[in-house]
Amino acid sequence: MSEEKLLQEFKKAENVLFNGHEYRITVGVSTCSLAKGADKILEKTKEEVAKRGINASVVRVGCNGMCYSEVNLEIIKRDGSWAIYSYLTFDKVPDVLEAFFSGSSKYAFAFRRKSGTLKGEEQVPYLNEIPFYGKQTRRILELVGIIDPLNIEEYEAFGGYNGLRSALSKTPEEVIDIVKKSMLRGRGGAGFPTGLKWSFVKNAAEDVKYVICNADEGDPGAFMNRLTAEGNPHSIIEGHAIAGYAVGATKGYIFVRAEKPLMAEMLSKAIEQARSKGYLGKNIFGTSFSYDIEVILSAGAFVCGEETALMAAIEGNRAMPRPRPPYPATKGLFGKPTLINNVETLAHVSYLFRNGLTNFVSVGSEKSKGTKVFCLAGNIQHPGAAEVPLGTPLRTLIFDIGGGVPKGRHFKAVQTGGPSGGCIPETYLDYALDYETLASIGSIMGSGGLVVLDNTSCIVDVARYFLTFTSAESCGQCVPCRIGLRKMLEIMDKIVQGDGTENDLFLLESWARKVADSSLCALGQTAPNPILTTLKYFRAEYEEHVRDKKCRANRCLKLILKAKLPKA
Amino acid sequence: MWRLKLLTEEEIVSLIEKYGNKKSSLIRIMQEIQKKAGYLPKEDLSVLSQQINIPLSKIYGIATFYHQFRLKPFGKHTIQVCFGTACHVKGGDEIWDFLREKLRLIGSEDTTNDLLFTVQKARCFGACSMAPVMKVDNDIYGNMTKEKLEEILKKYS
Ligand SMILES: Cc1cc2nc3c(=O)[nH]c(=O)nc-3n(C[C@H](O)[C@H](O)[C@H](O)COP(=O)(O)O)c2cc1C
Ligand code: FES
Repeated sequence: MSEEKLLQEFKKAENVLFNGHEYRITVGVSTCSLAKGADKILEKTKEEVAKRGINASVVRVGCNGMCYSEVNLEIIKRDGSWAIYSYLTFDKVPDVLEAFFSGSSKYAFAFRRKSGTLKGEEQVPYLNEIPFYGKQTRRILELVGIIDPLNIEEYEAFGGYNGLRSALSKTPEEVIDIVKKSMLRGRGGAGFPTGLKWSFVKNAAEDVKYVICNADEGDPGAFMNRLTAEGNPHSIIEGHAIAGYAVGATKGYIFVRAEKPLMAEMLSKAIEQARSKGYLGKNIFGTSFSYDIEVILSAGAFVCGEETALMAAIEGNRAMPRPRPPYPATKGLFGKPTLINNVETLAHVSYLFRNGLTNFVSVGSEKSKGTKVFCLAGNIQHPGAAEVPLGTPLRTLIFDIGGGVPKGRHFKAVQTGGPSGGCIPETYLDYALDYETLASIGSIMGSGGLVVLDNTSCIVDVARYFLTFTSAESCGQCVPCRIGLRKMLEIMDKIVQGDGTENDLFLLESWARKVADSSLCALGQTAPNPILTTLKYFRAEYEEHVRDKKCRANRCLKLILKAKLPKA
Repeated sequence: MWRLKLLTEEEIVSLIEKYGNKKSSLIRIMQEIQKKAGYLPKEDLSVLSQQINIPLSKIYGIATFYHQFRLKPFGKHTIQVCFGTACHVKGGDEIWDFLREKLRLIGSEDTTNDLLFTVQKARCFGACSMAPVMKVDNDIYGNMTKEKLEEILKKYS
């Protein structure tokens, strides 16, 4: 949504949003801002507003993606005046309210929006003119940080659930046809065409079918699914119900990662509200379509994100992937045809049906339409989440939106796709972020987590880190993954401790290729990617470790220590 | 001293009634037992095995597969240090080493002798923008430093 459109829609929804008050004060409370005490700031704000008799409703919203400037508190007046305070701490709350409502400029706000009549703050930048915000195309995130995630009426006031209404007025075939034409591809990693997957499940001849929303989000460094679920859970539930209708499912599940309990809580509460409004349950919108969704909390294992392992976990087994075919679309959960889609995929579905096909395909690259939310973390000035059209160059995300690496440091690489992805050097920063381009340079899109590395990060250490992760998370079922990854880790241990030889680099590469070629599931097949890409693009750093016993980032301490000791 | 309790047979039976006497309920019942007891006591698992008619060996297999389950008692407070990518890049391992040193944990020990703290490595809480991240029980702390860690530990007793 453009800034103008957002402000217009906001105006239209004002009766719900202000709830009879003159002001609306919001505090972004999400897993990220909780780490900065946002819950206490929200309570303090409520207390102070009551004490001062300010005519405002104080509302909890999600994180708008600007994690770097948290905690964010926004004060909006009915005439549209909109002030955003950033980097807020608990102690500053009374002063901020005092300053705003008395008109003093002691605690100036950080940003404002282009509406209303805020005076005396001409120097304060407009939010949509700072690169972090202005360079985004916000669709999934459009209402995240704006609406109260647990007040279904606020989502409805922005047209929420009109997408489901519109889908239910069409036949399932028509719905699937629209999804196919949208060229939407799965945002869970592999980028499989969503409409095509839906048609497989629809065409499976069985009475009982399931839809599972994959909210396992196990890629360390990625948090777009939890940010969306915590900030606008209804957008996911709406997409889930549309999917259920299109494929003819009787029941839906959301499988949530154990480490992200707030996400599960928000989704469960939103499901209850959707039920009470008749968006879930029997005969939705008076049609013959009945549908309900259950939230399942994972017991924790990275491999649970893999679709066949995920189904095994719901069935009460160890999460062991199995060979495909049969694909879940024909034989899935409890042996029934099952559709599995990622959280963001389903949120895009609800956007598509709320805004129409023409709008949906208006951005994106040739083969992948729409937007994608990326998470920026690691050595970057502005860590957070940002949404851009598919095909946006990496440089725009990392340097314009993310502000580049901290001052005085040099960019080294960006890691995309988590433990299944690769490290991309500076040479490729102008390449577009889409499925094909990333694959062509040995990485993958994955969930969209971008971890930025600078000259203080050792590439060998980071590559080894991923092996500690994948070897521990291997389900242990197939030999190449279980033994191969361990062998590779042993070699990496030798290298970072200063005992590596040049032959080890060849061994490492040969193991990596074997594991990639012969593992049963994508965990093992892709686990060598971080090793293979770093060997390809940063071989010099490996060679320094094995030949010169040098770690240019000063990270591999054992190696450094050993190099200093006199030779025996 | 902090103590943990077993569930009674009736409590386990009522959990089975709540979720249904079927295999797909097993993990959820185990999650509930762990929530109540703090870990998975062997006695409870035997009762569960008999009541739900699934071999104990199979239940043990599940308990050891998933990270969440634990067969030994936890301390009163659980400290989880993130070992996700972003936290690794920002020095989460140094926070871990310092924490273990502070709590005088050696070798494979993960719980202090007074049963006050159990320490665990975690896989990403999704607060990567605040790396390095640590969680004590349900409280999450970002941008961790050694100084901050010392302050935080004082809050828990
Ligand atoms: C080891 C492994 C972990 C995965 N983790 C996730 C995950 O956390 N979330 C997710 O949506 N997909 C994950 N996937 C991909 C799923 O198997 C599946 O392709 C995806 O959920 C399909 O949804 P989509 O078509 O909407 O992308 C993982 C795959 C593998 C091999
Ligand atoms: S990597 Fe530590 S919270 Fe995500």
